[in-house]
Amino acid sequence: MYETNYHRASSIDDAVAQFGRGAESKFLSGGQTLLPVMKQRLAAPSDVIDVAKIKDMVGIDVSGDTVTIKAATTHYDVAQSDAVQKAIPALANLASMIGDPAVRYRGTIGGSLANNDPAADYPAAVLALGATIKTNKRSITADDFFKGLFTTALEDGEIITQVAFPIPAKAGYAKFPNPASRFALTGVFVAKTKSGDVRVTATGASQSGVMRVGPIEQALKANWAASALDSVTIAASGLLADIHGSADYRANLVKVMGQRAVTAAG
Amino acid sequence: MLSAFYNIAPEHKLRVIAPDVGGGFGSKIYIYPEEMVALWASKKVNRPVKWTGDRSEAFLTDAHGRDHVSKAEIAFDKDNKILGLRVKTHANFGAYMSLFSSAVPTYLYATLLSGQYVIPAIYAEVIGVYTNTTPVDAYRGAGRPEASYLLERMMETAARQLKVDPTELRKKNFINQFPYQTPVIMAYDVGDFHASIDAAMKAIDYAGFPARKAKAKASGKLRGIGVSCYIEACGIAPSKAVGSLGAGVGLWESAEIRVNPVGTIEVLTGSHSHGQGHETTFCQIIAERLGVPISQVSIVHGDTDKVQFGMGTYGSRSIAVGGAAIVKAMEKVEAKAKKIAAHALEASESDIVIENGEFKVTGTDKAIALPMVALAAYTAHNLPDGMEPGLKETAFYDPTNFTFPAGAYICELEVDPGTGKTTFVDFVAADDFGRLINPMIVEGQVHGGLAQGIGQALLEGAVYDDTGQLVTASFMDYTMPRADDLPSFQLSHTTTLCPGNPLGVKGCGEAGAIGASAAVINAITDAIGNNKLEMPATPDRVWHAIHG
Amino acid sequence: MSTVKLTVNGRAVSVDVEDRTLLVHLLRENLNLTGTHVGCDTSQCGACVVHVDGRAVKSCTMLAGQAAGSNVTTIEGLAKGDELHPMQAAFRDNHGLQCGYCTPGMIMSAVDIVHRHGGKLDEETVRHELEGNICRCTGYHNIVKAVLDAAGRMKVAQAAE
Ligand SMILES: Cc1cc2nc3c(=O)[nH]c(=O)nc-3n(C[C@H](O)[C@H](O)[C@H](O)COP(=O)(O)OP(=O)(O)OC[C@H]3O[C@@H](n4cnc5c(N)ncnc54)[C@H](O)[C@@H]3O)c2cc1C
Ligand code: FES
Ligand code: FES
Repeated sequence: MYETNYHRASSIDDAVAQFGRGAESKFLSGGQTLLPVMKQRLAAPSDVIDVAKIKDMVGIDVSGDTVTIKAATTHYDVAQSDAVQKAIPALANLASMIGDPAVRYRGTIGGSLANNDPAADYPAAVLALGATIKTNKRSITADDFFKGLFTTALEDGEIITQVAFPIPAKAGYAKFPNPASRFALTGVFVAKTKSGDVRVTATGASQSGVMRVGPIEQALKANWAASALDSVTIAASGLLADIHGSADYRANLVKVMGQRAVTAAG
Repeated sequence: MLSAFYNIAPEHKLRVIAPDVGGGFGSKIYIYPEEMVALWASKKVNRPVKWTGDRSEAFLTDAHGRDHVSKAEIAFDKDNKILGLRVKTHANFGAYMSLFSSAVPTYLYATLLSGQYVIPAIYAEVIGVYTNTTPVDAYRGAGRPEASYLLERMMETAARQLKVDPTELRKKNFINQFPYQTPVIMAYDVGDFHASIDAAMKAIDYAGFPARKAKAKASGKLRGIGVSCYIEACGIAPSKAVGSLGAGVGLWESAEIRVNPVGTIEVLTGSHSHGQGHETTFCQIIAERLGVPISQVSIVHGDTDKVQFGMGTYGSRSIAVGGAAIVKAMEKVEAKAKKIAAHALEASESDIVIENGEFKVTGTDKAIALPMVALAAYTAHNLPDGMEPGLKETAFYDPTNFTFPAGAYICELEVDPGTGKTTFVDFVAADDFGRLINPMIVEGQVHGGLAQGIGQALLEGAVYDDTGQLVTASFMDYTMPRADDLPSFQLSHTTTLCPGNPLGVKGCGEAGAIGASAAVINAITDAIGNNKLEMPATPDRVWHAIHG
Repeated sequence: MSTVKLTVNGRAVSVDVEDRTLLVHLLRENLNLTGTHVGCDTSQCGACVVHVDGRAVKSCTMLAGQAAGSNVTTIEGLAKGDELHPMQAAFRDNHGLQCGYCTPGMIMSAVDIVHRHGGKLDEETVRHELEGNICRCTGYHNIVKAVLDAAGRMKVAQAAE
């Protein structure tokens, strides 16, 4: 790892101020992505600003039709939360499938979204549920947030403070893990909003990161049942291909995981 | 090696200390350039030099294993007896010659192509090729897994084509009489292949499989069963024979037993332990012979200033060769100790027996405890005339033949047709390792070996891209078996004692890795009804094999 | 350089380290607690797992500074004097280790697993929960056996307290 300066921020404002003082600062939340990348010398921030101990950045709140998860809340805490399990069980279930127990103890939702790994799990839920990402500056809808591989709408020094999920009528997530890394080789999140809209997303599959899956949305709008996908075909073009899965295999997984997600959603 | 072949420093000026080094499995046998560079740098700057390799570097530079492309044909007569086997193999050496690179696909591979079967004629042609990959060398099993995999895939394929039960076809062709001379050098000393396969079939309820398959089908899963009957050769020997084949060293092992003046015992062995439990098994051999508590015995290894010379741990040789050397040294120690005891007890040497840590005169209650014998040896106040003081002996053991562990593995699994993912239902192993000194340690070795064989079949593989970059350069892409990839194993043992060494042991370190892969691939191809499948059988590959 | 103050195995320590120092290096190199191992560079093998404020985390994926003010327990801090922790004893009795490289991390993760699941562990759960700990030697068979055995022992020990 290259040299760096470590700062622990006491508040969101403090974090933003400290960020501004460094030549090439990075926020550090759970560190489960940033530190491995720094260890491999693929990133070399001059300063890392630890946001994980800021009180206003941690916690889960359910009120009315919304589940709000603050950005530095760990995957473990989301998975364990009774409130999340009750309001959006698919979201708690998704969090329980991220990485391994040690990663879940430290990794956070804010870090995962800011990083926008094309094989990460949370982006699938955020996009399918039509969540809103709140930062120190503004609110960004999920549709506007994800901009392709490892790219988001966040500006330099902008900090995610919380994510607000509208509670859906039904939702389900099914993940086929990459056998080596255990990230999503393909994960599909299906959601039916309380107003009857259907949104379906896939992660791990596309060359441009998390994506909506139109053909499955159409089929489920007509008939919310796993069998409704039997006749759906997913095109392999534009999908990722690597040693763990060819594009046509991933296309198949989008459909099969979609069916399993619907079954899980009930 | 560093002295004789690399000219680093003369032996008396060189000390290598390698205590707990983590598991080895072959990859730590070789001398790597990094070690040379560290030594060179240390001489250059006249200071200690520390070098740490990280995991990604290890993936890039540690020797890889098992890279064969083979074409095989097998012929049967009308009674389904094998007539002959013809094999042509291209073996990848990688970019540079490593220590055993050329021996693995030749002496350790072609010589085992007879497997457990009577095969009157075997033709094997091996072409070693240099490529631009990391050197390929011995990895747990070294050549024998490749041979076993090829033959057991052939037997399964033949059974399917001949429409006979794969276990029946194997039984029909088993070698039943020992010693047995194969057409490919090996002379098998002893074995009972029927006993192993019968034990494995019973353990997995082979007869009940069709019903289980039908039940799985009803719930949308493809169930398969696969058999693998392996034989391997351990304790490569004798030195004269390997010398005639061009080896640069002898393949014996040394042991030194020091009985200290207080009666505690130190065993210096050239066979290094890095997880195989020599500290337990070797001590147990001695403790049992003398009838002393195991806590009185300790093992010294992994330091060239303490252990003068040894050939190391590889090829499942530690107990069969290293253990035998210990027995030889013990025999000398006991002979001398008996003389001392007889002298002290004023009895005839031939009347002395060793029991519960004492030297007793048979038929009397006269006895002297080991510590008193040891003390007598070192005080030398009252030794038989002409006897040297001290109680310490060395032995070198050079075996007369290989040992031949063998066994039968059966694997039952399910494939999810939607994703191509394989899930184990059951995995049984019935091995014949000769005498088991410590069954718990033996089983641990089998578990680990099976996991490596299964890993090879399902998950692991070094992949390079078109530009020669190693794609599997970290655990992000190299699929290490995890706990949830593997089943618990059902093990059992059948026993034919090895006549070739004083312990009757055969060796167990590599068996699992040798036999498991074929059982897994035979089971998957049985499940999906398509015999064309490469290792590792990733979900992607299996799914394509199902759906075309 | 910063001064990092934390509690390790019940002892308050204060160490001057570079900001880029990982917790695992503070433990191994500054405190000479070499029971915690490093087995990879991608945060995947689990050889480095220690408990930070009661949670089993990868000490190779945490800066020393992040652990400031925390309570850290390493494999060296698990036994009570000469008496092994029930998880350590179960690993020994079930031959749950061979070369021992993965063992400290395995044991620290396993203790955490039992804490979270109590005595209600089954084989499948143990295998799933050990996802972040890699072992090359044992095939996991005896590790899983040891964890299940220890879960029982820890329940008994807890009941006795
Ligand atoms: C072994 C292993 C397995 C994993 N498996 C999975 C998996 O299966 N699925 C999955 O989805 N993920 C997986 N991950 C990634 C894990 O979920 C990470 O925790 C997550 O992606 C990043 O969160 P973090 O809190 O650790 O962020 P950090 O590593 O601290 O930061 C990541 C990036 O986000 C930025 N950032 C952090 N917080 C904020 C914020 N509040 N506002 C703006 N920018 C911010 C940082 O500057 C950095 O660029 C795995 C990681 C490991 C090590
Ligand atoms: S050293 Fe491998 S996960 Fe920490
Ligand atoms: S015991 Fe060697 S890696 Fe687990």
